[in-house]
Amino acid sequence: MGQEILAVFLAYLKAFAVGGGICLIAQIVINFTDLTAGKILVYFMLAGVVLTAIGVYQPLVEFAGAGATVPISGFGYLLANGAMRGAEKGFFYAVTGSLAAASAGVTAAVVFSFIMALIFKSKTKRN
Amino acid sequence: MTGKTKDNYNKNYLNYVKTQDPPTQHLKNCAAAFGVGGLICCIGQFIRFMLEYAGLTGDELAGTTSVILIFIGCLLTGLGLYDRIGRHAGAGSIVPITGFANSVASPAIEFKTEGWIYGMAAKMFTVAGPIIVFGVFSGALVGIIYYFI
Repeated sequence: MGQEILAVFLAYLKAFAVGGGICLIAQIVINFTDLTAGKILVYFMLAGVVLTAIGVYQPLVEFAGAGATVPISGFGYLLANGAMRGAEKGFFYAVTGSLAAASAGVTAAVVFSFIMALIFKSKTKRN
Repeated sequence: MTGKTKDNYNKNYLNYVKTQDPPTQHLKNCAAAFGVGGLICCIGQFIRFMLEYAGLTGDELAGTTSVILIFIGCLLTGLGLYDRIGRHAGAGSIVPITGFANSVASPAIEFKTEGWIYGMAAKMFTVAGPIIVFGVFSGALVGIIYYFI
């Protein structure tokens, strides 16, 4: 029992450290360059794709769980992983595999945003 | 330093802006990004554990986790709370998948006054569009490379 609790605690600790670390890198990049949020998201997603393709990201996902999949680089991991798994099945699946793997995230973002736009009015930003 | 000559205008103005800018608080910024980013990932890990307990595995588990996080991100954006978190957390609220959800939901809500098609639907992808474009392109590239090697 004690060991189980320790394992769960360790999983949270690893998720916090790795996920926070990825955000920390992004913050450092923002502080020292004038990249906007949109560009940061694209670069980190591409970094996730590249790191997955060269086989670095998969061990990180196994180590940190949500700490590696929740940041946007995890979206890149999902795309590249889908493409790599599709490539084993055939050329068609190699091309379509990435978007098929990411379909849940994209669909959720579109559907929920649509619903929120139906419900809410934009608020004046308080700065 | 007033920049009377034309080619000095820009440079002098930028120098002036720099003197008036509040200095970036690197340490505070970074600590906030690390803390908030880590916390969001912990929430993700919590959802993962709950779903695992409910019997989901593999792709279904990972997919459902991101769907729930995206829902939370969209809801907080709709309620106007996500911007408030983002003001303090910087990259800590941008980089997690909830930040992606915020970047989709925020313009969708804001631009619906310009119409449902060219306002809400078109502006929805101002930030998410590039991510999907580069994601699909690089994903297809990776797939093709892996197919041939």
